[in-house]
Amino acid sequence: MLYFLLFIAFLKMGLFGFGGGYAIITLIYGEVVSRYHWISTEQFTDIVAISQMTPGPIGINSATYIGYTAAVENGYGVAMGILGSAVATVALVLPSFVIMLALSRVLIRYKDHPRVKCVFAVLRPTVVGMIAAASLLLFFEPGSVNLSTENFGDSTWQISCSLLLFVLAFIGSRFYRMSPIGLLCASALAGLLLF
Amino acid sequence: MLFQLFTTFMRIGLFTIGGGYAMIPMIEREVVEKNGWIGREDFLDLVAVAQTCPGVFAVNISVFIGYRMRGVRGCFACALGAMLPSFVIILAIALFFEQFKDNAVVASMFKGIRPVVVALIAAPVFSMAKTAKLNRYNFWIPIAAALLIWLLGVNPVWVIIAACIAGYFYGLYRDEVPDK
Repeated sequence: MLYFLLFIAFLKMGLFGFGGGYAIITLIYGEVVSRYHWISTEQFTDIVAISQMTPGPIGINSATYIGYTAAVENGYGVAMGILGSAVATVALVLPSFVIMLALSRVLIRYKDHPRVKCVFAVLRPTVVGMIAAASLLLFFEPGSVNLSTENFGDSTWQISCSLLLFVLAFIGSRFYRMSPIGLLCASALAGLLLF
Repeated sequence: MLFQLFTTFMRIGLFTIGGGYAMIPMIEREVVEKNGWIGREDFLDLVAVAQTCPGVFAVNISVFIGYRMRGVRGCFACALGAMLPSFVIILAIALFFEQFKDNAVVASMFKGIRPVVVALIAAPVFSMAKTAKLNRYNFWIPIAAALLIWLLGVNPVWVIIAACIAGYFYGLYRDEVPDK
């Protein structure tokens, strides 16, 4: 049953994952954390970090990781965990095959059609909002405006250091175009020294 | 040929860190310049379509190029190549991380990493707002989408479906009022 649900959940992400890696993160959170509680917010954040530090698309990386973790957390062994990875990853890319094979020719021809343009004129700002939602979901506790204890800690020292790291990383990424991987490595070092 | 498609996309999957759009120059070099599988014009069209289609960008591109070169078998060779490095590396990490995550050193590293991950997701919101051409008529769309998902706990899938339907009807409305 778990594998069936994993398959359906990741199939949905492949089918509705417009707007690239970060937008897929929002969809993954919606299904995997909010809906099925396969993993916690903390584990989710760790998986996003690991997905960004390793090669390959974020979507594939997190599907593989979550498929494994969901199975293992549900009491299955390592082999069944690997099966979970395979199920999630295959489900995620399956819609790509169908869509790219069936629709890409049509889309290349009609991509400048006014109706298609209108759909994307609404979809593009929506994707921006979805990514904003992902950061809000990870910043606050679910359904409240209290800082997330899983991501920012619960002691005054950890919260203040975490907020400082958050602000520095935001500025570094937004205004100085520092690479995610460099920032993540620096923050791991900072974590080692601070906590 | 099939094997060459497979190894080329495996290289693309293996050497692009950060995913998504960081991959475009790498894919262009391999597919257009080195192997000449597709012309530059066609490649730009393909990038535009792969970006607008749902799903993982690199897989979308690999499916298209694989099919064009060698049909269905080519499409599996390319997609498998693009996915395999991620799959193997992540699986190896998942197997080991589960054992080391309670280790004090690893735990304190991740305490530093977590707030930075949140910042890394928040930062592109503002640059994407620019590329999505937000203006005074549509700035409420991302705000509404974010609030629906975050505060009301609406599944993002529904938000996407609603946006597509709204866009379609917006198109119909535009057809009827051509001056607008």
